[in-house]
Amino acid sequence: MKTLRRVTVAAAIGVLGMLSAGHQASAQIKIGSVLSVSGPASFLGDPEKKTLEIYIDEINAKGGVNGQKLQLIVYDDAGNADNARTFATRLVEEDKIVAMVGGTTTGSTLAMIPVFEDAKIPFISLAGAIQIIQPVRSWVFKTPHTDKMACEKIFADLKSRNLTTIALISGTDAFGKSMRDQCIAVAPGAGITIAIEESYGPRDSDMTPQLTNIRNKAGVLAVVNPGFGQGPAIVTRNYRQLGITLPLYQSHGVASKQFIELAGPAAEGVRLPAAALLIADKLPDNDPQKPVAVNYSRTYQQKTGQATSTFGGHAYDGLMILVQAMQRAKSADTAKVRDEIERTKGFVGTGGIVNMSPTDHMGLDLSAFRMLEIKGGDWTMIPGT
Amino acid sequence: MAELLQFVFSGLTVGAIYALVALGFTLIYKASDIINFAQGEFVMLGGMTTVFVAQAGVPLPLAAGIAIIATTAIGLALHRFAIEPARGATPVALIMITIGASIFLRGTAQIIFDRRFHSLPPLLGADPIQFGGAAILPQSLIVLASGAVIVVALWLFIERTIFGKAVIATAANRLAARLVGVDIRRIVAFSFAVSAAIGAIAGVLITPIALTSYDAGTLLALKGFAAAMLGGIGSALGAVVGGILIGMFEALAAGYLSSNYKDAVAFLIILVVLVAIPQGLFGRAKIERV
Repeated sequence: MKTLRRVTVAAAIGVLGMLSAGHQASAQIKIGSVLSVSGPASFLGDPEKKTLEIYIDEINAKGGVNGQKLQLIVYDDAGNADNARTFATRLVEEDKIVAMVGGTTTGSTLAMIPVFEDAKIPFISLAGAIQIIQPVRSWVFKTPHTDKMACEKIFADLKSRNLTTIALISGTDAFGKSMRDQCIAVAPGAGITIAIEESYGPRDSDMTPQLTNIRNKAGVLAVVNPGFGQGPAIVTRNYRQLGITLPLYQSHGVASKQFIELAGPAAEGVRLPAAALLIADKLPDNDPQKPVAVNYSRTYQQKTGQATSTFGGHAYDGLMILVQAMQRAKSADTAKVRDEIERTKGFVGTGGIVNMSPTDHMGLDLSAFRMLEIKGGDWTMIPGT
Repeated sequence: MAELLQFVFSGLTVGAIYALVALGFTLIYKASDIINFAQGEFVMLGGMTTVFVAQAGVPLPLAAGIAIIATTAIGLALHRFAIEPARGATPVALIMITIGASIFLRGTAQIIFDRRFHSLPPLLGADPIQFGGAAILPQSLIVLASGAVIVVALWLFIERTIFGKAVIATAANRLAARLVGVDIRRIVAFSFAVSAAIGAIAGVLITPIALTSYDAGTLLALKGFAAAMLGGIGSALGAVVGGILIGMFEALAAGYLSSNYKDAVAFLIILVVLVAIPQGLFGRAKIERV
C-alpha cells in the first residue's frame, strides 16, 4: 500500500510539474520583480506589488505585448538587501526573466544592480536615491524623483520669494539624513545660504530647543525640514507653539493627508513639494499629467479599496516605460528593450514627464514636483510651480 | 533667560513623558524582580486602542476607559500565560520572556491596528501657555500632574494597605511571605495589572504630544527604563525624578551643545551617575545579611 501511495504522489507531482511547465510556456514574456512587500518598508512595497499585478492583468486582458502575454514573478525581500540579491539571482538563473521592475528600497536596489548588470537584463528600480543612476549604468534605470530634486524645488521657491538665508532642521532617520545631505550639497548652487542647522531623533516628542535656537539666529528668513514620519508633524506643532512666523517648508516625505491630520491647525501655511499624483483631482484640466494621474488613482482605489500612494505610481511608471519600450522594439530581446528604454521621450507618467537619454536614466526634471501650500486643512497648488 | 526657560519647558515636557513610562516599571519590579520590557507596548496599546475605539464613534473619555481596561486585561494575560507558567525561572529568563511578549504585542498591534501614526486631541486645548517668553502646552502639565498623582497613589497603596504590605513582603522574601500566608501568585498578577493600567494611562496622556504608532513602545520603554534606573528602580518617586532629569539633560544638551549629540549626552550623564551611585538616586542598596 505504502509503495502504491508513493507512486501516486510521485505521479501527481509529475503531472503538476508538467502542468505548470505548460503554463509557463504559454506566458511568453517574463517580468521579474523583487519588492519589500512585508517588513519595515511594506508601506512602499505593498502598493507597488498590487499596482504591478493590476496592470499586468489589464495588459494581458487586452492581448498582451506584441501578441505575447506577460508573466509577473514577484519575490518579497522583506526589506532585506541580502534577500533581494538572492532573489535577483534566482530571477536571472532560474526564472530567466527578460526584464526587471522592482527594488523597493535603495539598499535592495544597490544590492541587485551587479546581478542585472552581469546578466545584461534591463532593471527599472523604484527606489529614491540618486546613487542608483549616478554614475549611469547601462542596464539600470529608475522612475521615482530624487531627494536632490525636492531640495532644488524648495530652493527655487525660496529664491523666487527672496528668502535666501534659511535654517535647516532634519530628522536623523535615513530619509532625513539623505535629504539633508542633498540639500546642503545643492544649496550654494541654488543661491541659498544655510545659516544654522539642527537635527532631531525620529522618535523625539519635543523639538522646541532646536527651534528656539533657530528663532534666535539672526538673519534666518525661512525654515526647511527634511523628514519623514512623525518628526515633521511635531516640528510643525512646536513651530506654532513658539510663535515662529517665518515660512516653513516641509519635504515630499510628508506629502500625505496624514501629515495634515497629525499637525492639525499648525500645518496651515506650510509649503512642500509633492508629486502630481497626490493632487490628481486638483490638477488643472490642461495639465498633461492629469489624465494619467486621475486614471491610475481611480483604478488603484477601485481594485484595492485603499488610498493611492506615490509608491504604487512609481511601479506603474516603471511597468509602462518597459511595456512601451518592448512595443517600440517589437520584441522582448533584452538588448533591444534596453536601448528603447533609454530612448523613452515624452512619456507621461504618474511621477512626471520622462525624457531619458544615455546620460540620464531617470529622465525627470523639476516639473515632476508641484509646490503645494496647506490652506484650510487641504492642499492648494501654488500657481506657476 | 527666555531661552533657558524654553529649554526647561521642553525638558519638562519630554521628562514628564519618560517619568510616566518609568512609573510602570516600578511595581512589577518591586513584586517580582522582573524588569518588564513589554511596558512600552502597554503605553502604545493605551494610545492606539483609544485612537481606534474613538474612531469607531465612542466618546473620547469612554474610549480611554476602554483602552485602559483592555490593556489591564492584556497585562493580566501576559502574567497568566507567559510569566506564571515559567514561575520557577530566574529573573533573567523572565525578563527575556517579557522581551518576547513585547515583540509579539508589537506585531499583533501592527495587524489589528495599522502602521500609521496617530494623534489624540489634548485635554485642555492646543493653545500653549506663555510664560516669561517661553511656551509650554497645557497637556505637558497634565502629564506631569498625573505622574505626581500616580506616585502618591502608589505610595498610599504600598504603605497604607495590607495588600501593599504583602507586595513589600513578597519583594523582601518570597518564601517567608508565602509562609505567613501571602498568595504570591496573586500579588505578582496584581502588579502586572496595575503596571499595565499605568502604562495605558501614560499612553492616553502622552499621545496628544508625542503621537503614537504600533512601534512607539520600543524607544519609550528604553528611555523609561533609563529613567527608572537613574531614579533607582523600584522607587516611584525615583522614576519621576529620573524621567524629568533625563528630559532636562536632553533639552539642555540640544539647546546649548548640539542637537546631534543630545541622546549621547543624556546617556553619558546617566552612566556617570550610576557609576557613582549604582542603586540609583532613590534606590535602596541591597543589604545582604549573613
